[in-house]
Amino acid sequence: MSRIALDKLRERFGPLVLETHSEFGDDTAVVEPGIWRDVCLFLRDDPDLDFNLPIDLCGVDYPISEAAARRRTLPGRMEVVLHLYSIGRRHRVRLKTRVGDEAMEGAELDSLTSIWPGLDWLEREVFDMSGVRFRGHPDLRRILMYPEFEGHPLQRTYPAAKTQPLVPYRTEASAGMPVDKLEPFGAHEGMPFGRQPAPRPEKED
Amino acid sequence: MESLDRELEQGELELPADPVHLNMGPSHPAMHGTVRIVLELSGEIVTKADVQIGYLHRGFEKMCERGTWAQVFPYVDRLNYVSPMLNNVGYALAVEKLCGLVVPERCQWYRMALGELARIADHLTCTGAMAMELGATTPYLWFIKAREMIWDILEEETGARLTHSFGRIGGMASPPSPDFAALCGAALPRILETVEEGEKLLLRNRIFLDRLQGVGVISGADAVSLGWTGPCLRATGVAYDIRKAHPYLKYDEVDFDVPVGHAGDTLDRFLVRLGEIRQSKRIIEQSLLRMPTEGPVNCDDPRMVLPEKGEVYTTIEATIRHFKLIMEGSKVPMGEVYSYTEAGNGELGFYLVSDGTGTPYRVRVRPPCFQVVGGLSRLIEGRLLSDIVPTFGSLNMIGGECDH
Repeated sequence: MSRIALDKLRERFGPLVLETHSEFGDDTAVVEPGIWRDVCLFLRDDPDLDFNLPIDLCGVDYPISEAAARRRTLPGRMEVVLHLYSIGRRHRVRLKTRVGDEAMEGAELDSLTSIWPGLDWLEREVFDMSGVRFRGHPDLRRILMYPEFEGHPLQRTYPAAKTQPLVPYRTEASAGMPVDKLEPFGAHEGMPFGRQPAPRPEKED
Repeated sequence: MESLDRELEQGELELPADPVHLNMGPSHPAMHGTVRIVLELSGEIVTKADVQIGYLHRGFEKMCERGTWAQVFPYVDRLNYVSPMLNNVGYALAVEKLCGLVVPERCQWYRMALGELARIADHLTCTGAMAMELGATTPYLWFIKAREMIWDILEEETGARLTHSFGRIGGMASPPSPDFAALCGAALPRILETVEEGEKLLLRNRIFLDRLQGVGVISGADAVSLGWTGPCLRATGVAYDIRKAHPYLKYDEVDFDVPVGHAGDTLDRFLVRLGEIRQSKRIIEQSLLRMPTEGPVNCDDPRMVLPEKGEVYTTIEATIRHFKLIMEGSKVPMGEVYSYTEAGNGELGFYLVSDGTGTPYRVRVRPPCFQVVGGLSRLIEGRLLSDIVPTFGSLNMIGGECDH
């Protein structure tokens, strides 16, 4: 539908547009991370394209350990996917790029908040969830997770069952008895200093 | 944010009055459950607002990468828990786009009717809750009474009042019940009647109108660049409705209008939602007329759709097929797809990446109210503190989808 966007991108940026396709009717362009911001400015300002509605930004992780990643042809681990829509022209485009190596070093992109202010929260979310840093973002901090959280949960290498308690779990050493033997609702339940160990039952001798 | 406790200097009698930091939420009756707004006030004027979300984050996208494609349905129910049916249909359409499936005509009409019922319930909850936060308890009860009628129909159809998990890849969990059309036909006029009674209490009320008019104003261009969609965008005069612009299911065959506002203020958002309730009623009535009473609901595709229960218990082929679909999941072809539908709050998009196995590689949901709430601080800065409540209420933030 909006092949015009892909044609114009190839014409304007040449070999820096690595790949274009329209699988399932979704027009997609893969670009070099270096021209990320220039491409977006072009997409917004060109009168024939006029992409004024930022739809979505997300990160898709392809670490080398995953089977899906072995088929990949592009360098870089974290794929950043931007969806755009034009209300006037009624067409869509998907823009992708790859950043970061296996250790997520160099996972940086130019911020697009000055082009579409709606990307403010989306970039914060991608930073929070996938660990991509956006250069020039006015306020890049976590949005869904809490500030003390370590790691980025939507990286495939982050274990889904991992927990990060803000208050440390009780151990048998601190409770003085097996944890599963503690009363479920004691007098000190919910206190910030943690629960006092219940007195051990006297042994009958 | 720094502590609100301040050290008083020797001999100082009053707390510093300017600027005052105020912490609104996360446990505040008008904060729809879980959002926190840190405010900097000069007198009663908000000079700076920091909206903090994430209190309802449940790792939806991470959890989707663990189960089969069909096991995502209960999760999407809990995204927008006011209109779960729209999310069910949205996700089902996304997977079907990836598989190249088109559901039978009967199912398409059925999905439309159920989805529009859910949309009415969504708008009733939003407008009713917003009125209640401004002190108007009676209209809230009226709107909730109307919502109960919808939930009764949905309970009759799906067995659950709120989290239906009714969508399936390539169809629905069961065909429409024989009484579906009769139930809707009986309830819809009563729902509209109740809504009209409720809105008469509000729209002729000087106090209510004064608190909405000219509050939380945003221009169409600003709303678009913020990524707003749905009723909030249409209230600014931009008539972008996916059901009209890019029709899916059978929306191109029914006759309905897209209500738009012009001022982009809180009152317009309120009125657009009330207008959409009436349009949804028209869509449901047309869908029920045109829905075939006979015929299959599910696609005839043994790789995706579960066999009939009766066959599972009597034939070995159906037993094996059932086992494979449940244990390994439907094998969705490799690829990536973005599918979008019009949910209660705007464009609900699913970006799916499949590596060809029975488990999604990545499920990304584009929740409509995430970006709408992202623009909230812009609406309330420079306005009165008391304007936050109607402004925030009219955006219809749903914690489940906003926080993923």
